[in-house]
Amino acid sequence: MTVRAHLLLAWLVVLSGLSPAALALTTEQALAIAAGENDSRIEALNAAVARGDDRLPAFVQAMLDDEVKVAGDRVFIVHDGKSTDAASGAAAALPEGADDVTNNNRTRGALEAALAGLRVLSPDVGVRRGAVEELAKASLDESSLPLVEKAYAAETDPGLKRQLERMRATILVSSSDRSKRLAAAAELASSNQSAVASLLQERLAPDSESDAEVRIALQQALSSVRSRLAWGERLAVVFTGISLGSVLLLVALGLAITYGLMGVINMAHGELMMIGAYTTYVVQNLFRTYLPGVFDAYVLAAIPAAFLVSAGVGAVLERGVIRFLYGRPLETLLATWGISLVLQQAVRSTFGAQNVPVENPNWLSGGVEIMSNLVLPFNRIAIIAFAFIVLAGVALLIARTRFGLFIRGVTQNRRMASCVGVDTAKIDMLAFSFGAGIAGLGGVALSQIGNVGPDLGQSYIVDSFLVVVLGGVGQLAGTVVAGLGLGVLNKLLEGVAGAVLAKIAVLVFIVIFIQRKPSGLFAMKGRSAEA
Amino acid sequence: MSAVLGSPVAAGTIAPRRGMLLGMRGWAGVTIALAVVAVIVPIANLLVPAGSAFHLSEYAVQLIAKIMCYAMCALAMDLIWGYTGILSLGHGVFFALGGYAMGMYLMRQIGSDGQYRMPMPDFMVFLNWKQFPWHWALSDSFVAQMLLVVLAPGLLAFVFGFFAFRSRIKGVYFSIITQAMTYAMMLLFFRNETGFGGNNGFTDFKRILDVPLQTPSMRMLLFVITGCTLIAFFLMARAIVDSKFGRVLQAIRDAESRVMFTGYDPLRYKLAIWTLSAVMCGIAGALYVPQVGIINPSEMTPAASIEIAIWTAVGGRATLIGPIVGAFFVNGAKSWFTQAFPEIWLYALGAMFIAVTLFLPQGIVGLLRGPNGVVARLRRGLRKEAESVS
Repeated sequence: MTVRAHLLLAWLVVLSGLSPAALALTTEQALAIAAGENDSRIEALNAAVARGDDRLPAFVQAMLDDEVKVAGDRVFIVHDGKSTDAASGAAAALPEGADDVTNNNRTRGALEAALAGLRVLSPDVGVRRGAVEELAKASLDESSLPLVEKAYAAETDPGLKRQLERMRATILVSSSDRSKRLAAAAELASSNQSAVASLLQERLAPDSESDAEVRIALQQALSSVRSRLAWGERLAVVFTGISLGSVLLLVALGLAITYGLMGVINMAHGELMMIGAYTTYVVQNLFRTYLPGVFDAYVLAAIPAAFLVSAGVGAVLERGVIRFLYGRPLETLLATWGISLVLQQAVRSTFGAQNVPVENPNWLSGGVEIMSNLVLPFNRIAIIAFAFIVLAGVALLIARTRFGLFIRGVTQNRRMASCVGVDTAKIDMLAFSFGAGIAGLGGVALSQIGNVGPDLGQSYIVDSFLVVVLGGVGQLAGTVVAGLGLGVLNKLLEGVAGAVLAKIAVLVFIVIFIQRKPSGLFAMKGRSAEA
Repeated sequence: MSAVLGSPVAAGTIAPRRGMLLGMRGWAGVTIALAVVAVIVPIANLLVPAGSAFHLSEYAVQLIAKIMCYAMCALAMDLIWGYTGILSLGHGVFFALGGYAMGMYLMRQIGSDGQYRMPMPDFMVFLNWKQFPWHWALSDSFVAQMLLVVLAPGLLAFVFGFFAFRSRIKGVYFSIITQAMTYAMMLLFFRNETGFGGNNGFTDFKRILDVPLQTPSMRMLLFVITGCTLIAFFLMARAIVDSKFGRVLQAIRDAESRVMFTGYDPLRYKLAIWTLSAVMCGIAGALYVPQVGIINPSEMTPAASIEIAIWTAVGGRATLIGPIVGAFFVNGAKSWFTQAFPEIWLYALGAMFIAVTLFLPQGIVGLLRGPNGVVARLRRGLRKEAESVS
């Protein structure tokens, strides 16, 4: 890294004398870079970069990819079996007996540095950003100041300009000129990088900065950077809280239907999620075997698959067991607990007791870096978005569709609904399997962030029931507030007290809360409240 | 929520019974049970030689003792669920608390004979603790710990129940909150810092009251104590159920609002039976630990608590013999299945949960007893046969 960084800096020195007018790469120049002694080749390369040329980056890249061949005094780029003239870029037949250009580590390093150096002044912002990031990672000293300033002067993107400015300040803070150090300290105060904090810390060591005024400025800069970093940490806590909350929300949404609307205590809800997660696993394997080309899309296919499988299992459960137990919630609790044991064992017998691997597709791995200590992983962001999409879907379905109307009707007055011609038994089955399907969707989400194993459902079931109870039965809004609130509260407390104590504190909080408001955050009012 | 149980109690038993607790047959049954526990089993285990068909192995004695402890829990569950209509999913915690209180004393009894040859329990040495945490202060005293066996579950249940019943948390809500409590307690006991040995819990007990624990006679003594306690609990439960107090409990189960309107305060009744039920579980736990030789937080999992409910349900709620039958039936099946077909046990247990709730709301005992029970039908059949013969 450091060798490359130094070469890169050397390039920037070369570039700082560069005139903006682009010149064409000639055959002679290309030949000089591609063939001959290493020293003279690097020299020719330097000269070419200093002149600047539109075709040069492609040529250097081709050199790095071992795609350049030399025949006599002409240079060719052979890409995908087609050969072009390196200088003109026109297609040209490759003569017999063309020699491969070989690069050793030294020329390779020079080529790579040349490429990065070309990039920092590239017209493309994305390319420049990559080059600046690489620069920021290198250890800079005062000798590299001119080129940072050069790049700073040429930069048009405000974000990159600020970054370069801060880079400049980083160099200047150890300058021998006192006023420059002062200015640099003021400049660095606006940074949000933990590297800057440690740099300032270093400068504040007793033997590195002697001037009192500069020391004060450095101290102020340090505390301002630190407070900004602390914000990053706080935001990270809030984000993970919302992330956990959205998972709880997904889990609780299914329960809000089966328990909240239908009054069925479904202890096998977690196992329906587990089935959703295992469906994702199976879909993943099918894609890997039969459609490896579009493997990244398997999650999208898994969403409807998991919904249907879980909903199917839910329908069977409703017809087979639960419909005999309506109005007997405690019995339902025990029977569904039994179902959960059977489902767990069934999965264990089919897939084994070990966790199965579910891979994130490419577009869900990685994350966005907001601050140096605040990275938002894509899979978490996707789950938050997914949770709200599912929420919107459920809310619309309950509030706006005929099916939703029937569910509400049966919930509020079963006999009356039946009298006006609603097939209540069918609605029961559909509503329960709909709730089960939502659980399956939760399973898809969980498979992307955690282990998929037979006891996946167990770890969420207590929490999710609490969300429903806390939110108030029959209330989607309550479920949302309770889910997100519990998630954030849990993570905030985790920062203070550690994971286990936080969990215990949350449980105690819920128990106390329910003392105060026995019917949840959003209590049902009117006749159905005492039912 | 009307009639949680669908009123399984037959109509003729509403008035409190006066005088004797049990009928003649009942007392005969108790006497036989007492004889089995205190005379026949000890003889079969200690005196009958190992080769004989009447010999009872150490393993069988331990298994029966363990199940008798479970039966106490099931009985306690029956009082609160079968008779008062409150389903607790937290009785495993009370059981484990009693067990831990006993376990603390047993850990101190190990003295310096642990793996590390130190005066502190091994897990404390391992955690590099130099002195006992505050809650271990009295753990050296048998009397103090036995008080703790009663007080720890009792206090927790009292405080928890007071707040829950005062805000009229009922039915499924109450069940879910007890489950949350169970979950929180389990997490707490899994921590090393809590001072109860983390996920390993307590084990490797050596002595009780300075007498070695692993001798046949000591085991038999504990067995007899357990059996007698179970019988005593049964009689106590009978007395409670037959008393006016017990009648109010059943009235609360069947129509709590009406009980309130007639001037009773359900809070006191519920709180009393809830706390008593928790203490019974605690005592069961304290008897369980020295015989089984280990206590760890797995006893506190939500699953363990729900299993207590299924013992009661399988045997038959709102009967007193039912929970005991259920505990023996389910746990007997468990120890047979987990040896013969370990894969199938969870299927069987799950099926039991489903079958009992769907087809046997009154459990095994309900199947046998009552006007349509197996016993009555057999009797009718015999009578008919006798008539046709004559």
